[in-house]
Amino acid sequence: MPDGTILIAGTTLDGLIACPECDALYRAAEVPPGQRAACARCHTVLISPRRHAGMAIIALALTAVVLVIGALWFPFLRIEARGLWQEATLWNVATSFVGGPLVVVSLAVTVAIVVLPLLRAMLTLYTLVPIVFDRPPRPLAGRAFRLAEAMRPWSMAEIFAIGCAVSLVKIADLAQVTLGAAFWMFAGLVVVTVAQDQLVDRWSVWRSISPN
Amino acid sequence: MGTPRCGRCGSRLVSRDPKSISRVWAWWALGVMAYIPANVWPMLNTRTLFTVQESTIIGGAVELLLDGNVGISIIILVASVGIPIAKFVCIAFLAMSVRGGSRTSPELRMRLYEIVEYIGRWSMIDVFVVAILASLVQLNVVANIDPGSASLAFALSVIFTMLSAQAFDPRMIWDGIEAEARTHA
Repeated sequence: MPDGTILIAGTTLDGLIACPECDALYRAAEVPPGQRAACARCHTVLISPRRHAGMAIIALALTAVVLVIGALWFPFLRIEARGLWQEATLWNVATSFVGGPLVVVSLAVTVAIVVLPLLRAMLTLYTLVPIVFDRPPRPLAGRAFRLAEAMRPWSMAEIFAIGCAVSLVKIADLAQVTLGAAFWMFAGLVVVTVAQDQLVDRWSVWRSISPN
Repeated sequence: MGTPRCGRCGSRLVSRDPKSISRVWAWWALGVMAYIPANVWPMLNTRTLFTVQESTIIGGAVELLLDGNVGISIIILVASVGIPIAKFVCIAFLAMSVRGGSRTSPELRMRLYEIVEYIGRWSMIDVFVVAILASLVQLNVVANIDPGSASLAFALSVIFTMLSAQAFDPRMIWDGIEAEARTHA
């Protein structure tokens, strides 16, 4: 019996796929690129291969890293009132709740809009770069990819971008507000993240990480 | 040996976790508890030249509405009041529905669960807005905005509710129909 193959009642588990949401079990079919296989019971997409997706995902993940790091240093909003002006960078936002228990909020905001998007992009690169370039997968690729998937709901760059827009309106009558470079970087990050999530096909990724 | 783990990704393998529902309710209760001070305490303290103003979540939204920013005020109300309350109701409903036979179809409950999971994170908008405003509006005497204690309560409420939704195992929605099919057969 080859290593990693599990036998239940004489049949191998190879080629079986369980819906992660509702647990219905299917025999996986070969899905042509560009098409999707969804669970018949709960309509969760199970398999959705795309041609050249690997390279595109790597490019998008790299873009995300550059955008997050860049956005840290540029101001994203600037206000002016009665000759006084103030600019805010992400760093300012992260440290805006100083003193007392509000530091927790600061920490949560930083993790949600900077740390997790960055970490997710890097874990994706760690998992996919060797596979796409036909090298053996990294030893911890499985754990890295699982972690990246678990982080998905907690990575909130797109929500932050909407938050920027809301803030803009809220203080419009208090001061004159202009959008800075980092705001556009965040807007770009939103597009990149959505595109990346659309391209990743979990079934193909898992199969290439551990072929058996 | 301990708990069995997936040979591929190392995640804990368990067919149906009997404690899943207890965890859902525990996080749910924490979320509800944090949501109360989040609405009572001030979210923002705004100081301008001559006035000091403390506004709660709903107070801030009403203010925006009176200023004529209907769209933004609706976004805030939906994200900070509508979504959290709908989430509490939906999670409670889902957790109760897997106990006994529910008359609502599994398809519908699954859809509900997906919506709850997808939409929960959007409640964080208000926390981000507070963070942005507090870091940006520091113009000494002219205008100054500081975060209020509700921001902490609100952030915790959102996080707890997200954890509650994640603790729920959607597979349990479907276990019922299999048992039902067996009794009919």
